[in-house]
Amino acid sequence: MAIGVKVLQRPAREVSYVRATLKGMALTFKHMFEKKVTMQYPEEKSTDADSGMGQWSISPRWRGTHRMLTDEQGRSKCVACGLCPQVCPANCIKLVPGEDEQGNRYPLIYEIDEFRCVFCGYCQEVCPEEAIHVGVHYENSEYSRDRFVYDLERLSSQTHPVSTLWDPSDPKGE
Amino acid sequence: MTPEMKGFLLLSVIKMLVVFTVTMVGVALLTLMERKVSAWMQNRRGPNRVGFAGLLQPAADGLKNILKEETFPAMANRWLFLLAPAMSFVPALLLFAVIPFAAPVRVDFDFTLGPLGRFVHHGLMPMVVADLPIGFLFVLAVSSMGVYGIALAGWASNSKYALMGGLRASAQMVSYEVAMGLSLIPVLLLSGNVSLSAIVHEQQLGLWYVLPLSLSFFIFLISGFAETNRLPFDMPEAESELIAGYHTEYSAMKFSFFFIAEYSNVVTVCAMVTTLFFGGWDIPFTHWDETGGVLPAIATAGLFFLKVMFWIFFVMWIRWTLPRFRYDQLMALGWKVLMPLALTYIMVICLALYLIEHRAGITAPVLRSLILFGLNVIILGLVFGLLDSNVFVKGSGKQRRSLDARARRERVTA
Repeated sequence: MAIGVKVLQRPAREVSYVRATLKGMALTFKHMFEKKVTMQYPEEKSTDADSGMGQWSISPRWRGTHRMLTDEQGRSKCVACGLCPQVCPANCIKLVPGEDEQGNRYPLIYEIDEFRCVFCGYCQEVCPEEAIHVGVHYENSEYSRDRFVYDLERLSSQTHPVSTLWDPSDPKGE
Repeated sequence: MTPEMKGFLLLSVIKMLVVFTVTMVGVALLTLMERKVSAWMQNRRGPNRVGFAGLLQPAADGLKNILKEETFPAMANRWLFLLAPAMSFVPALLLFAVIPFAAPVRVDFDFTLGPLGRFVHHGLMPMVVADLPIGFLFVLAVSSMGVYGIALAGWASNSKYALMGGLRASAQMVSYEVAMGLSLIPVLLLSGNVSLSAIVHEQQLGLWYVLPLSLSFFIFLISGFAETNRLPFDMPEAESELIAGYHTEYSAMKFSFFFIAEYSNVVTVCAMVTTLFFGGWDIPFTHWDETGGVLPAIATAGLFFLKVMFWIFFVMWIRWTLPRFRYDQLMALGWKVLMPLALTYIMVICLALYLIEHRAGITAPVLRSLILFGLNVIILGLVFGLLDSNVFVKGSGKQRRSLDARARRERVTA
């Protein structure tokens, strides 16, 4: 007993190679004159405010390179509470707390290893002072591996916009 | 050596240099054009970084290929392995020698060049490197040499993928050589000459052969695709099945040579299509282009270039539209469709020419061509109607049904 196979009898206009060829050639020819979708990367970037490439612009919730916010005096907002190294799943934050004469805590050493970071954004979420942030930024290439350990000064000098993390009360970000 | 011979040699050398330079630069630019056309058809921009609009991309590619390591497979036949790229490259370039690329131009000079002696040339200079009286046969003969390079490359590499590619290439090119040769017999029947210059001249008197010999043109075009191993017939390369086919084991400039050979072949086939079916360098509806001046020569060369470029674009257009055939489909198309079609067509044209010329006594080229054109419209309608009606190219559904019918019959008899 042969295996039952459903045989479709399509009309010739659907299976004709000649017509399919002509149709395909018309399609490819039409595509030659359509708008190009390529983004010219170094000149146009997904992070540009108005890159002209609306579909390529990345989300404001993008979690990229870290950034430490500073107060008016230029000091980092970090109070070295130790929550971010605690919550960090990749264990990439190194924090050594210090204390000045007035009893204000500040970070003596604050380093983030961008290689180990998984960019989950927990550090930003957990920070009580809104000091450490992940940013809308993805261009972090360097010539040596140790350049990927960002110290406090480097984190503070970043200027890219910070990520607006997912808000459970506004899940679609409207 | 007579001064006339020296003059002829001088002109030949100049023509050789010009044709060689133009084709080599052109072929390099074709790789860029291919990438650009493919990009545009896929809504991309294509290479546009190196030089203005990416025009230096071929130079960058060439430089890269020269600097790359030349690899030799350990068990390869070293000498054949080295010979193969040249074997595929040389025939591709040789073919340009016989293609007339512009109207003949009147060149008169008579001068003495120091110790080299006197150079003399009077009269029309054909704008073709070698105006062979057997130009057409030369093209057929040399173009089939190209298969040696590919088969040797596949064999010498001592790799299963390369060997498969080489085997496929030789079978495919030998098969389509038949259909190609047969499709061109009507051209010879109509022109009564095998010299390409004479064929062009005949088309100037009558109509471009694409009209009276349309079916020949289609068969030649399809066979041309198969001969140059371009999609949809690029079975020898078939990167999804054979890595890169016959040139899997090649690297650096040797690989580049195969590339150059492929594009040279494309140019040659396009130039042949132009010469045989689209009047060569002929400017239609005027006889100004045959006056032998410099201006007509430039204009005809420009038009020839445009015609060839159109066909090259067409080849690329097909490549980026159609998927690859299956191997048995390719062979079936060559042997079961194109060859019988070409043979029948020869018969039909023979009969038609006999009736037109000897029975009806019409010898005016234009009228003769027009009558043939009318005949061709009918033939084309029939052929494409048949192709369209799902008789030749069967879907798997039909094959399945016939198998089922046989199984049912066997059950009944049992």
